[in-house]
Amino acid sequence: MNYKMMGKFIGLLLMVESIFMMPALIISLCMKEYSSVMGFTVTIVILWGLGVLLRLLCRKAKKNFFAKEGLVCVGLGWLFMSLLGCLPFFLSGAIPNYVDALFEIVSGFTTTGASILEQIEGLPYGILYWRSFSHWLGGMGVLVFLLAIPMGGEGGSGFTMHLLRAESPGPNVGKLVPKMKQTAQILYILYIALTVLNVIFLLAGGMPVFDAVCTAFGTAGTGGFGIKGDSIAGYSPYIQNVCTVFMLLFGVNFSCYYLLLLGQIKSVFKDEELRMYLGIILASILLIVWNLRGYYDTLEETVRHTAFQVASIVSSTGYATTDFDLWPGFSKAILLFLMVIGACAGSTGGGFKCGRALLVVKNMLRSVRQLIRPQRVQVVRMNGQTVDEKVLANTNTYVAAYVIIIIASFLLISVDGFSITTNLSAVLACFNNIGPGFEAVGPTCNFASYSLFSKLILIWDMLAGRLEIFPILILFSRTTWRQR
Amino acid sequence: MNIIVAGDGKMGSTLTRQLVLEGHDLTLIDANSKVLESTQERYDVMVIQGNCATMEVLQQAGIKEADLLIAMTGADEINLLCCMTAHAMNSRLHTIARVRNPEYTQQIYKMRDMFGLSMAVNPERQAAIEISKLLKYPGFLKRDTFARGRVELVELKLNEQSKLCDVALNDMNNIVKCKILVCTVLRNGKAVAPDGNFVLREGDRIFVTAPSNELAVLLRNLGIITHKVKRVLVCGGGRVTIYLAKQLEKSGISIQIVEQDAQRCVDLANLLPYAEIVQGDASSEILLESEGISNCDALATLTGIDELNMIISLYGSSCGVPQIITKLGRVNNKNILENLSLGSIISPKELCCNTIVRYVRAMQNQTGAARTVYSIADGQAEAMEFLVDEHTSHCGEPLKQLKLKKNVLVACIAKGAQQEIPNGDSSFNRGDTVIIVTNGDRVIYQLNDIFE
Repeated sequence: MNYKMMGKFIGLLLMVESIFMMPALIISLCMKEYSSVMGFTVTIVILWGLGVLLRLLCRKAKKNFFAKEGLVCVGLGWLFMSLLGCLPFFLSGAIPNYVDALFEIVSGFTTTGASILEQIEGLPYGILYWRSFSHWLGGMGVLVFLLAIPMGGEGGSGFTMHLLRAESPGPNVGKLVPKMKQTAQILYILYIALTVLNVIFLLAGGMPVFDAVCTAFGTAGTGGFGIKGDSIAGYSPYIQNVCTVFMLLFGVNFSCYYLLLLGQIKSVFKDEELRMYLGIILASILLIVWNLRGYYDTLEETVRHTAFQVASIVSSTGYATTDFDLWPGFSKAILLFLMVIGACAGSTGGGFKCGRALLVVKNMLRSVRQLIRPQRVQVVRMNGQTVDEKVLANTNTYVAAYVIIIIASFLLISVDGFSITTNLSAVLACFNNIGPGFEAVGPTCNFASYSLFSKLILIWDMLAGRLEIFPILILFSRTTWRQR
Repeated sequence: MNIIVAGDGKMGSTLTRQLVLEGHDLTLIDANSKVLESTQERYDVMVIQGNCATMEVLQQAGIKEADLLIAMTGADEINLLCCMTAHAMNSRLHTIARVRNPEYTQQIYKMRDMFGLSMAVNPERQAAIEISKLLKYPGFLKRDTFARGRVELVELKLNEQSKLCDVALNDMNNIVKCKILVCTVLRNGKAVAPDGNFVLREGDRIFVTAPSNELAVLLRNLGIITHKVKRVLVCGGGRVTIYLAKQLEKSGISIQIVEQDAQRCVDLANLLPYAEIVQGDASSEILLESEGISNCDALATLTGIDELNMIISLYGSSCGVPQIITKLGRVNNKNILENLSLGSIISPKELCCNTIVRYVRAMQNQTGAARTVYSIADGQAEAMEFLVDEHTSHCGEPLKQLKLKKNVLVACIAKGAQQEIPNGDSSFNRGDTVIIVTNGDRVIYQLNDIFE
């Protein structure tokens, strides 16, 4: 295992994180919030110091870097980033318990949006900003950001492919252009452009600047931390609709936007995954609107709330404009289904991913046909192209790991004595990076009431869900650490 | 530049490494997705799986935005078709195809026009030409020519009897008594740029530039006894052998070819009336002995199997063959070959790769690009030939006043018919040809790049 190369990457990661923490420090200084100024300053010094130290220690790294190193590097990188990134919450006294602070930042970086905070209003602005910004940072991935900046010759090698694969969601990650650096730059430029557009639309609706920026961060990363206790419910219908549209946009595969820019509009709308994503959204909205007839006063209100909640859950954001926990059972069942399906591969959204679900279903249908006619030879196609058997096998493995982790986490947190619905939705909401669940963890409640042990389990689930299980799972395998 | 490489075989991956290192955007096309997968994990490139001669795949690979297409698949015909199709889709595209079937050699220039090729490369033919050059001057491990053959860069290995052992470079002229310059010394597998006080030791491999007409003097004064090669024993009857036999026929050197496959022997006999074809296993010592390995002037091992070539060469050297040439397909780690007596090592794909890299560099800057590029000292140094033109700065200034970059050496200045091994007072002027040797990773694209 090439520890030095990994050390070099993680060192850089920590240094970049400290730079990203600067705006939060500046906001705290401007608002004269001295406890959070102290928290941010100490954290920045620690991050920078550790980063420089790691890079100094690992100067003479060899260049052999394989899939294993890539996975471990991403897993460890996210772990360190979270362990240190929660220090401002802890040191400033905003969240007095370290595990709670860790839960909050992991929920931020993994774009989950599940909070343990009982009272959000009244928190220092710097802390609120860092909370929302962690969504934006985690949405596209910090290592992808590292790949976009010049790293003194390290960026030019093929092994960076392992990092992109490990951090970007989806069964089949590929580059957009031959160079990794440019691919990462294109992704980030699209991401920044869409975020800025979102801010502009929110400002046009009369939202205060700070609120607009934080809400846009939460939307872009499909995170869901609000800066208000009632999430988006208190804002105007226009703002709610803007959020609906942008949440859906950020759940689309970013390579679709790249193709749109290249003018290949036809091929974008022929994309099976995008069609499935849009189809599921439309069907869910229609069904819930039908189910909710008479629940709200006007049809406009019904459609607006339904569309918002559907967009929020399917893109794994987790904002809310209404307490959907009070909705009838059928609507809640649809939301639960959306939680699992999630957004498109290659987006900032979480969940199982539409593309992967499509592969699983197609592969299942093939096996059924195979049972009836064993001699028939068939391949699975996606967008007209044959899907490699290796990708299918990996997808099936993913399903198995996915189900096992959900069941295991569900069993473990059940010790706390909440209802089955609460526990199951808590696990699903964390593991799929959604945020709110049902009942005791519903949109108006939070995760504070869970025990320390359950919170650790849920932290693990959030990380595993964001990194698509394997980079986190591999950290617990003995084979990974055995010297070869 | 945007480059598409079709065919991710041995040749393709050598090229990929070099071109990625020079910062180009590469897209690889191959039919085998496993090969592509492993290449993508090693180099920063994009890969497309499919048939490179189909318009759909070329479209996917971004042929419209590409500047250069290099067709390197195993089949000549696919390479040609690929280049022709690509050229039809993008008329400003440059195309390079590998065409190595000896039957096409005669018509290659016509085919270049017909298929819209910018260049056709033939690694095996290049290797054969290289070998025949070496056979003309036995005693050198490697010979590269510059300035239309007027200047040479040769490689010598210092053995224990060599007169140059324990001699400082400043004192060298008293021994060799001719105008030469040592540009690079390869010691223990590392290339060193020597200065005047550098003392040569046994086992060093030195790279020397000299005017062509001084080579004979150099060899004589170094005490390297060379008799003209009259009889060459060649093991393996592949493409290189055919090209080599045709080359040697012109210079009147007799050639014996040992080939295992009976049918191939008949084909060779048809194709090469001048050569003597022997059917048998070249790894059999008895056969080689009976074919007179101990008293041939040179042995060239050109079979398709690297290991076999190495074994036969080692056997040849133990029999006392004065000159040995070994063909190797994979030379990823030359250090381990250092201590084996394999003689000159020839790698067709490396030669071809050099040619293509030179073409790419020339494409990149239309004026002032290197006319010739050779990679020397196991790829740790490069020798390049430039023409001094109106854009070149510092014309006419003595070299000692110029600030050159580290590890850059002006190895020779050719002025018309005269060649000058430069010292501090030398200068170059417009129209001269300058030979530059660089050590290390730095890439010199044009002559002005050598100045600080």
